Amino acid sequence: MSLRSALAPLRQAVRVTPRRAFGSSASRQSESLFVHRDTDYNNPNIKFEFTPENLKEAQKIIDRYPPQYKKAACMPILDLGQRQNGGWTSISVMNAVAKLLEMPKMRVYEVATFYTMYNREPVATNFVQLCTTTPCQLGGCGSTKILETIESHLNVHPGQTTKDGKFTLIEVECLGACSNAPMMQINDDFYEDLTPETTIQVLQALSKGERPKPGPQSGRRTSENSAGLTTLTGPPPKPGQFNLPEFQ
Amino acid sequence: MRPATLLMRTPRTIPRSAPSLGVRARSLATVADPPVRRYGGLKDQDRIFTNLFCRHDHGIKGAQSRGDWHKTKEILLKGDSWIIQTMKDSGLRGRGGAGFPSGLKWSFMNKPGWEKDKRPRYLVVNADEGEPGTCKDREIMRGDPHKLVEGCLVAGRAMNATAAYIYIRGEFYQEAGHVQQAIDEAYKAGFIGKNACGSGYDFDVYLHRGAGAYICGEETALIESLEGKQGKPRLKPPFPADVGLFGCPSTVANVETIAVAPTIARRGGSWFAGFGRERNSGTKLFCVSGHVNNPCVVEEEMSIPLQELLEKHCGGIRGGWQNLKGIIPGGCSVPVIPRETCEQVLMDYDSLKDAQTSLGTGAVIVMDQTTDMISAIARFAKFYKHESCGQCTPCREGTTWMMNMMDRMVEGRAQEREIDMLLELTKQVEGHTICALGDAAAWPIQGLMRHFRPEVEQRIAQFHAKNGQVLFGGKLLSETDTRYAVPDNLGGDARRSIASPA
Repeated sequence: MSLRSALAPLRQAVRVTPRRAFGSSASRQSESLFVHRDTDYNNPNIKFEFTPENLKEAQKIIDRYPPQYKKAACMPILDLGQRQNGGWTSISVMNAVAKLLEMPKMRVYEVATFYTMYNREPVATNFVQLCTTTPCQLGGCGSTKILETIESHLNVHPGQTTKDGKFTLIEVECLGACSNAPMMQINDDFYEDLTPETTIQVLQALSKGERPKPGPQSGRRTSENSAGLTTLTGPPPKPGQFNLPEFQ
Repeated sequence: MRPATLLMRTPRTIPRSAPSLGVRARSLATVADPPVRRYGGLKDQDRIFTNLFCRHDHGIKGAQSRGDWHKTKEILLKGDSWIIQTMKDSGLRGRGGAGFPSGLKWSFMNKPGWEKDKRPRYLVVNADEGEPGTCKDREIMRGDPHKLVEGCLVAGRAMNATAAYIYIRGEFYQEAGHVQQAIDEAYKAGFIGKNACGSGYDFDVYLHRGAGAYICGEETALIESLEGKQGKPRLKPPFPADVGLFGCPSTVANVETIAVAPTIARRGGSWFAGFGRERNSGTKLFCVSGHVNNPCVVEEEMSIPLQELLEKHCGGIRGGWQNLKGIIPGGCSVPVIPRETCEQVLMDYDSLKDAQTSLGTGAVIVMDQTTDMISAIARFAKFYKHESCGQCTPCREGTTWMMNMMDRMVEGRAQEREIDMLLELTKQVEGHTICALGDAAAWPIQGLMRHFRPEVEQRIAQFHAKNGQVLFGGKLLSETDTRYAVPDNLGGDARRSIASPA
């Protein structure tokens, strides 16, 4: 390790543009790189430690699982680390999780690369995830229109961060709010029933540092029929009502 | 048994039984026609999820005022075999898509001599709702989280489980908050934990948040993920009921299946079995998305005609019923059906199976005439490519390949013969993988080619008319390097069998 780090500046100095090997072509079967490459913002030498509050929270999470299966807490604790680290999971976060859970580091890397919610590159404070799967593509005005709106409003393409560092936009697969299509998730909040106008309103409010009200932006409350309730119009039944005699 | 085709007609085309009884001559041995029963039109008093739209308090006080946690102790004291028998009587089938009878599944946990097994036993609730089109579990967990927690206790008692893990998808942050609140409140009230509800039975409920992987909705992948590993499905056997979560007997069940259990126990199995056709009984949450006037989530009786469901609760198709092109009746994994079939099917397992599709999760995706059907299905192919876990080669390579071919079909950049090649490819993926994701990736494409093949062929013919012959793989014949002979297995010399539209 010490030798490698000592040689690193030397290597950088002599680095030339990589020559393409004979007969090779760029092979990218996946949308993201799964190999870690040390960079100045993401390398194992950057310190990361859980705060005391988060350690307490982590202990609560670990207690949910059998004592011999501490590693079951890997996913929730990676999430905890990601939140503490400003929304992304650096290699130091993964190492800290491995240390905390007494797991081999590689097992944590495996988990962190498998699940899409662990961002292995930094993201902006407002992480815009737009669903573009078929139900969102079809429903409402369609997610294609929303994507165009966001792209032109923020002047970025999916996978990019705005110049002011406020928004990162990505396209994601179904987020499970299909009756409220089209929708996007910004950090933890769902914004549903979008139109180009309401999308811009949400983005403008966020760039001002406000938090617009999550949920449907069309005026309906959840996923009920927007033209008026067709079911559940009366008061709900009382306890014991309509039950078998023994449970009344 | 009545032939299913009789029942598959719309209510309008079903012959009125009353006049026909008098007209038709009967021979001696004929039995009377069964009375024609129309399904749908569930009353509010028979709806299980009374806070589906979050109009009331989702906390414990509100839940108790709506009848949750009412005499749960008495249900628990009835014992495991009573609960399982009630579930069997109710005819409840798993609501996660496969439709396996729930009572039977739960009874696998209580094999003879299970008491001697000292291992802990787990109920795992699958709240990793990721199937495109499906948004029903989300509404349950937002509005009625206590039904789910109480369901965990009742179902856990039935299978003598020691704890339940609710695996909720990571994106559902608000929903996870509601469920966690419900768990905390239930612990505080003494409904779960040591001596749950005062019944002498110990039961814990834990929440586990996922991190965005569709494959974790598969039961063994979910178990792997819960153990803190990559969500890659396991080979079966051993089945989870023998060796499941943490190496212990476990059962994985969908949120809706678990959440309806306490209400069925309180109202009786025969009440639940009274809805829907035989073997498809009960009520079901349907989530409608796409080109309807008012997309919504609604609880209805099983076997409701699809057309009635859309017209009654969703304000009909945009531009009227005639503007309908096709419907995917059960989430993205099931084949699409064209309008003529939509007029005939009932929303239940058997009727949709007869129409060569499936009820799945009850997620109805509606597509009107403006839809580019090829592009819609191609988007699903992309979804599966993205979500394939990469464990089995046919699925990992096949989904990528299917996506590439479908993307070319959208444009028309293909040969007619490639449609059959694509279909052959789907057949080679289907059934050759550990889990059903490979099948699920193959079915939408098969459905497309079954019902909308002329559209695909027309698209190809249009492209050919504009750009000339296309080789296998999408390269134009005009773009080939003419200095060399074109290999004859690239289809460069194929004669076009379909007349070009021009």
